[in-house]
Amino acid sequence: MDRLLLLRAEGLKRQLGDRLLWSQLNLVLAAGDRIGLVAPSGAGKTLLMRALALLDPLQAGTISLQGRPPASWGLPRWRSMVLYLAQRPIAHGGTVEANLRSPWEFQELRGRGGWRYERITGWLQALGRDPSFLAYDAERLSGGELQLLALLRALQFDPSVLLLDEPTASLDGATTAALEALLIEWLAAGQRACVFTSHDSEQIQRFATRTLELRP
Amino acid sequence: MTPVTSGALTISDGRLALSALLILVNVGLSAALRLGLTRSLLVASVRMVVQLLLVGFVLEWLFRQDHAPLIVLVGAAMAMIAGVSAVQRTRRRFAGIYLNSLLSVMASSALVTGLAVTGLIQPQPWYDPQYLIPLLGMVLGNTLNGISLGLDRFMEGLRSWRDRVETALALGATRWEACQEVVRDAIRVAMIPTINSMMVMGLVSLPGMMTGQILQGAAPDAAVRYQIVILFMIASATALGVFGVVGLAYRRLTSADHQLRLDRLIG
Repeated sequence: MDRLLLLRAEGLKRQLGDRLLWSQLNLVLAAGDRIGLVAPSGAGKTLLMRALALLDPLQAGTISLQGRPPASWGLPRWRSMVLYLAQRPIAHGGTVEANLRSPWEFQELRGRGGWRYERITGWLQALGRDPSFLAYDAERLSGGELQLLALLRALQFDPSVLLLDEPTASLDGATTAALEALLIEWLAAGQRACVFTSHDSEQIQRFATRTLELRP
Repeated sequence: MTPVTSGALTISDGRLALSALLILVNVGLSAALRLGLTRSLLVASVRMVVQLLLVGFVLEWLFRQDHAPLIVLVGAAMAMIAGVSAVQRTRRRFAGIYLNSLLSVMASSALVTGLAVTGLIQPQPWYDPQYLIPLLGMVLGNTLNGISLGLDRFMEGLRSWRDRVETALALGATRWEACQEVVRDAIRVAMIPTINSMMVMGLVSLPGMMTGQILQGAAPDAAVRYQIVILFMIASATALGVFGVVGLAYRRLTSADHQLRLDRLIG
């Protein structure tokens, strides 16, 4: 009952040209929540996540994290705490490890502990991968492996809210189950919540604590 | 021999017309490879001829003037045309792109040409149009290329690297951290022609101004000295102009909220 209130969004709206995707959208996220977004393709699930990460300007409404508006956090910090994982993850050249290390160079993340090998390999193990994964060439990863890279890259910053856009779309069944278990464990380890989308309605039933339907 | 007053052989009208046939090489190539440049090539050729013939008359008049504001005004008009032309070669636009280009061209060329006429070449008076106008013209012509290349590369770069830029932003990068590679790449590409031309200067290419002076009977050593000053002017003005225009475009296509604003791109 005394779960920490993380994110509150009120009266959000998104319009593409003349087309209204969603409006009057309210969302309250408390620690432990796993919200599944439910809507047909093209209904603006990705755009909602981008809006929550403030990657796009808000067209209407307000949004706050732990009661504070984005401007008081600063946008880079906001995004490191409300962290969006794109549907098609992007890695730069070099190894997986180089990709996991490079964001630590950002001004915002520099002073926050840095790269921790044991933590990453622990997660890798939970996902059924051994540490040699870190030495792989990131530009030659499969779609599923890229999704794992993106997830690890995000988890290491301990965001308050993870926004997962089809996080398991390219993964096999076993890895999907392992990823869900890892996420549940990670969420329970702190005051954290996640919002996710999936084309697999069974996954939504299985993994979501609650669903949110998008409508105009 | 032609009269000594001119210094160089005069090209007759007929031979001038004959030289225009050389453009047929380009037209043929464009047609054969379907480059879609035929129209632009012909328009550019006609414009070049008409503009130069007209400018011959204008320069004769201008060089007789001795009125600083008028000459500066002519220079400003040249810079405006350069600023506008620089944008016309880019594939995409955004609101304010012309203003950005004008500001960058004018500030960089005014600064560099101003320093050259007051400090390096020192004609008396400083606004002597016989010096100021050709110097400015050479600087503008090159800055214009740099600005076109830099702007175009920056806009295309942001588009093609969009996912990478936004991935960095989503992880908590500032807009500068996310975009700096694209900015650097655009400035680097825009500077390549200037650096290339300095590299082979005198070995492969004899620059236009120097050729002109030598044809007019100037001592090669004197012509070379002018050319060196000019090339340094061009290099610094191009760098300043490109830096300015890419910097302004960066500010326009990102927001203070560290967002990528490609929705502001048109085309």
